[in-house]
Order: sequence, then structure tokens, then C-alpha cells
Amino acid sequence: MLRMLKQIIRVGSLSETLAPSDQVEQLGEKLRESVRKRFAGSLTIRAVDAGSCNGCELEIHATNNAYYDIERFGVHFTASPRFADMLLVTGPVSINMRRALEMTYEAMPEPRLVVAMGDCAIDCGVFGRDNYAIAGAVRDIIPVDVQIHGCPPTPSDIIQGILAAVESR
Amino acid sequence: MSTFLLSVLQAVLLVLFAPIAAGFVATCKARLQNRRGAGVLQPWRNLRKLFAKEVVLAEHASWIFRSAPYIVFTATVMAASCVPAVLVDTPLSLTADVIALVALLALGRFFLALAGMDIGTAFGGMGASREMTFSALAEPAMLMSVFVLSLGAQSTNLTTMIHYTLATSFALQPSLAFALAAMLMIAIAENGRIPIDNPTTHLELTMIHEAMILEYSGRHLALMEWAAMVKLTLFATLIVDLFMPWGMATEISAGAIALGLSLWIGKLILLLLALALVETGLAKMRLFQVPEYLSGAFVLAFLGLLAHYMLEIGA
Repeated sequence: MLRMLKQIIRVGSLSETLAPSDQVEQLGEKLRESVRKRFAGSLTIRAVDAGSCNGCELEIHATNNAYYDIERFGVHFTASPRFADMLLVTGPVSINMRRALEMTYEAMPEPRLVVAMGDCAIDCGVFGRDNYAIAGAVRDIIPVDVQIHGCPPTPSDIIQGILAAVESR
Repeated sequence: MSTFLLSVLQAVLLVLFAPIAAGFVATCKARLQNRRGAGVLQPWRNLRKLFAKEVVLAEHASWIFRSAPYIVFTATVMAASCVPAVLVDTPLSLTADVIALVALLALGRFFLALAGMDIGTAFGGMGASREMTFSALAEPAMLMSVFVLSLGAQSTNLTTMIHYTLATSFALQPSLAFALAAMLMIAIAENGRIPIDNPTTHLELTMIHEAMILEYSGRHLALMEWAAMVKLTLFATLIVDLFMPWGMATEISAGAIALGLSLWIGKLILLLLALALVETGLAKMRLFQVPEYLSGAFVLAFLGLLAHYMLEIGA
């Protein structure tokens, strides 16, 4: 009991100080700057769910909420691949979505970027590569520029991934 | 000559100002949702990027699909050039009256609907059919609402009508209140705004205007979007012209033009602010309720006509 108390006193607090709360702001400013340089201040994203569990979609939605408000950095989501500069793919590519994903990619005008978001999009995640319903990871179907890890990635991760993709061009 | 030059400048100003007006509405809406928004210049940035992008055409696209953006944009800009924004007397507005204005907008819409059907996608045809259904109801209501004012001015020419309104002393006329209410309802419907259509929606099944342009890309898309923004500013300017023209420049002098310009921008800001409030406060209407909404606008305009005959003639 006493030993334990001593240890507690000796070790002290292990909690790390939280990351500064303006992390999103700083990331966003960088994102705004590179979108301004490479896409004239306007980046349009088409999100495609190729077979995800919707966890990633919830996080994508969160980037549009009042806290993250990705729109203020010049990034917005759209309904048509023809309008888009970037394809944001979530989930492992299911056999039924394979053709749809290829067609979406072909419908996009140059210059175009592809971001595979979430562990499922990168290596099929919990669904597994040998699943009977799955055609493969996103990079097996279309060329991928940047991958965002996480299950699901946080909105900050998504902003960072989009930033990396924009800077890759 | 200087009048002609100024009238051309006025039309150019309206067309260049249109994306800023659209950005202003978007920013107001973002603020009302407790967000910061992308800023008033974002539509300009979008257009600039789209003009630099590649155009992707579907295999089955015909000349109609390729030429429609240019026709739609030209028709809308021509319509915008017959609406006086700052100066009342313009050579362009003397040749074109409100009926020509409605016809020009109808020409743009006709090609927009054709382009929607040309590719053969399900959403394009659906959007075209919806647009045509609603415009068949909106156009008579719009004309009817303008005719309420024409009855007093004895003309359908915008310049004559503005001169008439400026010359008569301000009085609360019930007919004008009806016509204004009808015109505001029509303007919301014609520009595809909530509660008729949602310009920011991602759900193809609920789209009207957006569904027709889903297949466009690059500079074609930029022209289509720009035309839609010009149309919004055009309608706001038309409402200002018809119902609150006070302060517009009737002679060419620096003071009158400066006053006219600042009052035009001020009135536009008020109208667009009201639009942002309406869009934030209301939900989108069910599609089958839109005909009722539009017939409501028509009835209001008709009541305005009746009120003019019953209460104002001979009074």
C-alpha cells in the first residue's frame, strides 16, 4: 500500500499536455495557402463510398460542421465527379462498387487527385482481402496519390491528408 | 455616346458583381449556421479554377450540349443588360422591355433543359422535366406581377415604369404589396433557392437546377454557374427597379451616379440578407407542393391586379 503510494508520488503525473487547440487552425491555414497556390483557391472534392461501414463518412461530415468548417479554407464537397478536383474514397472496394469507382475516376477532369481514406481503403481493414465480396483495396483499382490512416481518421487527419495530396502536385 | 458607354458599363458591373452577390449569400448563411464560411470572393475563385480546368465530354454529347453554356450565358447577360441598375435611362433598356426580358430568360432555360436531356443520364432528364414544369407556372405569375405595375405606368418598358414610379409620390398601394409578394416568391423559385430547390444539395433526387448541369465540367460548368449567379443578381435588381427605385440616377452626373450606385448596392445587400434568412429558416418543400406555391404566387399577382382596378383607379 505504502509502496504503491510512494510509486504514485515518485512517478507523478503522466498525462501529456494536450496539443494546442489551434492545431486545426494552423493546418487549415497551410491548406488554404496550398489550395490557393495549386487550385486557384478552390478545391472541389467528390467523396465515394466504395463499401465502407460509414464510420469514415461520419468523420467527413464532421469536417463540414461548425467546429472544423473546412469550407473556410476553400474546400468544398460536390455531387458530381465532373465538378471535382479530388476523389476521396472510403472503404474497401466491393465487387459491386468496382465499376462505379472506375467510372467516377474516368469522369473527372484533369488535374485530378485521389485520396484513399481509412484503413479499409488502404488494405481492406477489418473486412479482409480474401473476403468474397471485395475486389481489393483502392490502389488495386485506381491510382492513389495519398493515403489517410485511421479507423476512422479524425477530421484533423483528413485535413492533413487533403493537404498532403494538394502538395503532392 | 457617354450614356451608351455608361449603360454598357452598368451591365458589365452587374455581371462582374454577380459572383460576389452569390458569395455574400453563402457567407451570410454560413454565419447563420455559426460557421465562418469561405468568404464573399469564393465564387470568383471557383470560376477562375474552372476556367483553367480540362473539359470532359460524355461520348454521346452533341453540339447542343457543347453550345448550351455559351447560349445560356449570353442570353442571361443580355437579359441583365436590359435591367437598369444605376442609371434609369439606357439605350439597351429602351429597346427591350419586361416581356423581352422574360423571353430571354426562357431562351436560356430552354437550352439548359435541352442540354440536361442531351447526354441521356437519368438525372439530367429528371431535372429538365422539373424545371420545365415549374417554369410553366412561374413565368405567367412573373408577367402578371409585372403587369400590375404596367397598368399604372401604361407600359411594359422598364425605363418608363421606373420613371413613372419615381414621378408619383410615395403611397402605400395594396396592389404593389401583392405584386411584391408574388415577385419575391417567383424570384426564389426561378433562382432555385430554398424552399423550392437547394443550391448546396448533394442529393441528386432532390435537385432541379443542379441536376441539369451535373455532366458539365471546366469552362462549360463555369459559364453555367456564372449564368445562374447573374440571374440571381438580375432578379434582385429587377425587384429593386420595380418596387423601390428611389435614388436611381436619372441624369448623368457624378453625384447622381455615386448615389445611385451606393443605393443599388445597399438595397441588394438588404434583399440578399433577407434571402439568406429565408434559406436558413425554411426547409425545402416537397416537390409536389411547388405547383401550389407557384399558383399561390399567381393568385397573389392576380389579386394585385384586382386591387389596382378596385382601389386605385379613379382614387
